[in-house]
Amino acid sequence: MNEMTPTKSERAAALKGLGTSRKRVEDSRFTQGKGNYIDDIKMPGMVFGDFVRSPYAHARVKSINAEKALELPGVIAVLTAADLEPLSLHWMPTLAGDKQMVLADGKVLFQGQEVAFVVAEDRYIAADAIDLVEVDYEELPVLVDPMKAELDDAPILREDIADQKAGAHGARRHPNHIFTWEQGEKEATEAVLSGADVVAEETVYYHRTHPCPLETCGCVASMDKVNGKLTLYGTFQAPHVVRTVASLLSGIAEHNIRVVSPDIGGGFGNKVGVYPGYVCSIVASIVTGVPVKWVEDRMDNLMATAFARDYWMTGKIAATKEGKITGLWCHTVADHGAFDACADPTKFPAGFMNICTGSYDIPTAYLAVDGIYTNKAPGGVAYRCSFRVTEAAYFIERMIEVLAIKLDMDAGELRKINFIKKDQFPYNSALGWEFDSGDYHTAWDKAMKAVDYDGLRKEQAERVQAFKNGETRKMMGIGLCHFTEIVGAGPMKNCDILGMGMFDSCEIRIHPTGSAIARLGTISQGQGHATTFAQILASEIGISADDITIEEGDTDTAPYGLGTYGSRSTPVAGAATAMAGRKIRAKAQMIAAYLLEVHDNDIEWDVDRFVVKGAEERFKTMKEVAYASYNQEIPGVEPGLEAVSYYDPPNMTYPFGAYVCVMDIDIDTGEHEIRKFYALDDCGTRINPMIIEGQVHGGLTEALAIAMGQEIAYDEMGTHKTATLMDFFIPTAWETPHYETDFTETPSPHHPIGAKGVGESPNVGGVPAFSNAVNDAFRAFGVNHTHTDMPHDHWRIWKTARDLGMHD
Amino acid sequence: MSKMHIKMTVNGKSVETLAEPRELLIHVLRERLDITGPHIGCETSHCGACTVDMNGKSVKSCTVFAAQANGADVTTIEGLGTPDNLHVLQEMFKEHHGLQCGFCTPGMITRAHRFLQENPNPTEEEVRFGMAGNLCRCTGYQNIVKAIMAAASEMNAAREAAQ
Repeated sequence: MNEMTPTKSERAAALKGLGTSRKRVEDSRFTQGKGNYIDDIKMPGMVFGDFVRSPYAHARVKSINAEKALELPGVIAVLTAADLEPLSLHWMPTLAGDKQMVLADGKVLFQGQEVAFVVAEDRYIAADAIDLVEVDYEELPVLVDPMKAELDDAPILREDIADQKAGAHGARRHPNHIFTWEQGEKEATEAVLSGADVVAEETVYYHRTHPCPLETCGCVASMDKVNGKLTLYGTFQAPHVVRTVASLLSGIAEHNIRVVSPDIGGGFGNKVGVYPGYVCSIVASIVTGVPVKWVEDRMDNLMATAFARDYWMTGKIAATKEGKITGLWCHTVADHGAFDACADPTKFPAGFMNICTGSYDIPTAYLAVDGIYTNKAPGGVAYRCSFRVTEAAYFIERMIEVLAIKLDMDAGELRKINFIKKDQFPYNSALGWEFDSGDYHTAWDKAMKAVDYDGLRKEQAERVQAFKNGETRKMMGIGLCHFTEIVGAGPMKNCDILGMGMFDSCEIRIHPTGSAIARLGTISQGQGHATTFAQILASEIGISADDITIEEGDTDTAPYGLGTYGSRSTPVAGAATAMAGRKIRAKAQMIAAYLLEVHDNDIEWDVDRFVVKGAEERFKTMKEVAYASYNQEIPGVEPGLEAVSYYDPPNMTYPFGAYVCVMDIDIDTGEHEIRKFYALDDCGTRINPMIIEGQVHGGLTEALAIAMGQEIAYDEMGTHKTATLMDFFIPTAWETPHYETDFTETPSPHHPIGAKGVGESPNVGGVPAFSNAVNDAFRAFGVNHTHTDMPHDHWRIWKTARDLGMHD
Repeated sequence: MSKMHIKMTVNGKSVETLAEPRELLIHVLRERLDITGPHIGCETSHCGACTVDMNGKSVKSCTVFAAQANGADVTTIEGLGTPDNLHVLQEMFKEHHGLQCGFCTPGMITRAHRFLQENPNPTEEEVRFGMAGNLCRCTGYQNIVKAIMAAASEMNAAREAAQ
């Protein structure tokens, strides 16, 4: 081998494949202001739509008078439910099997609900026209508290289905009740609880919040009446599903609809749902014959498009006096708002809440979730998590802490006693999941060592003493969390949305000169798919990631897929990418064998080429094979080099992690200071460490927001109290701590490259870590004090200190 | 509504447009001048996605009337570098993974550009404080801070070399 011949490791490095902190290819356009987001799209003749929204949480709509609005120059149309009814579009199905008003049909059920759609020449005229639409409301009693939904004097919200005794998810016991979902063994769990040495009980409220991406939701609908084609640009996390739904709703054949997700300015679950704005824009474009743009403002976004969480979780956890957990019981009241528009796989009305046994070997468990209607916005999306997994992780990680108090044990030690052991994987949980792989003890020990856990506890004990001596007013909390996620929905045997199986896809086309394009059914919203999927493929097919274009989001060109949410892109579409790459390689091997004049079995893959076994100086690179595939007649082999894979995952993936938050809180002001945050993540095979760390930083900051201040709050009239960024907390750089990241690597045994997904882990694990730190700071003060609800804003922390007599 | 004649210098070029007195600078930039780098995230001056430089100061262009910018010198992200010659902040944001969805990025870099002129040698704490008017939902700021610190040292090194 001469000096100019690159070594095997040099050739591998040149691919920029798996494990490389490859710089992002997306960043050139974003750093130069050349992204193409929904509001950047302009089309000739385009007009603007905007909504008249309800000021009331519950009211009858007696009349709508648009005359004055229509007289305003520049106003083109005002659509109401009466206009949509002949098209049967005044209501639309939700992803959860319920239906939702597109425009108010006789009544409104939440403040901010869409009442009329104004179409005007520009957004200023549309705003003026909104003020001119006269709506006569008759206020009705409001239901805000889901616990009061089934009382005798509760107003009935959904008169349209008041008589239906069963919904999409089984029996309904009251007009305001949506479903009851039960998992596990009720009687066996109750038997364990009644015979247990110790039972700890707590009600844990995971408050209502909102994904609030920096870019709001929006679309541009353009009906080309000449060719009968509808093009719909929009902030869609699942563009292919939107196309199918748009076809089913509008009656336009699916091949005549093109849905395009352009660059998306963050999604976090907010952009999964189908919203009235999309339907109204499509109708308005059909009616007016010109393109119609609708983009929410921030208030619209926080008031009307999908919220997250709002789970009231009551738990009982049983253990031996030594701390071995014997059973877990959970009842959840889920506040779904006015319409059940949760974005969950159909068979899981409470998402994967049944992952609530967490990282622990709990032999017996029972979960029941009751979905309830209230006069609040619909939604219930997975805000940077897989379906209801943050709720589940928060619940179990709080219950562990409560149990530790009851047992008078160290909460870290209690976790260790109960972790599922490495040799128990694949592990079948009491609530029905098969955890694919894990090594929790190794991760936990690494985390405890990294933060000097024993040292921290010692310091905390000294701080408590100092407080008692009157030497400090700052308490110290150590927030522990070991979470297990369930992501990558999902196997078609149990995962579908509106009947569409939750596979995903990748289609690869190798060009004659040895570069390639791959298209996927997913869509990046900041995750860096164009960078990382090229890396997966580079390692599979031996073409440098720099020579591979990744394209997503255009339903006319990309293969059908279920989109990006629930950390499913890497587990599902990433797997499809690897599998399609392997098909490319299989065909390439036949071509290479022919070119090398040997049998297929006499050559083997070597980074970026096929070599003759035992004679590695005889080889053909993938680039050479690509050229030959198009330009040389090869007997028995079709020309070209393309492949497609639709991947139905055999199981979910189960990323996990160990987080530690060290927080000082000032009991007189309620302010907090995060001294340390250590995050160890195990997401299986690591594709791009730089991007993984970035995802962890971002997810932790969203967790910080949720735990420490962010909430969607309503008053007793159902008036939204947090509809601007003044009231809805988003941390700035100033409030955000520095994070230390770490990892272990336990590959998924069923994923082609062993990857599990990471985007949502930091939110799932971060929220309990922050909240546990606050609660832990008060552990030494009050025997019966086991829990305070989030968000832990200054007032609530101050109030806890006061209630515990610490201000005396 | 009658329109005003507005003249500005935007990214070094003289521009003229007609706009209503109530029109916000961000809308005039995006809708009338096709400068779509600055984004709209809140329209209440909280998020900073619309940050531009006006007469040597960072402003949130969603709370500035275009009329107030009449005669002003405005710089947006489009004016900071060219595809062949990126501004060092643009380079460092790429290098240190200081962006994800990219929606806050134009405002973030435009603000950082002004901030580093106000304070060429910032501590990390000063960067965090100086950038607190710009929200990011993706990155947790850690790599944004890193990128700005790296840009500051590159810019200082270049200044020293030039002297």
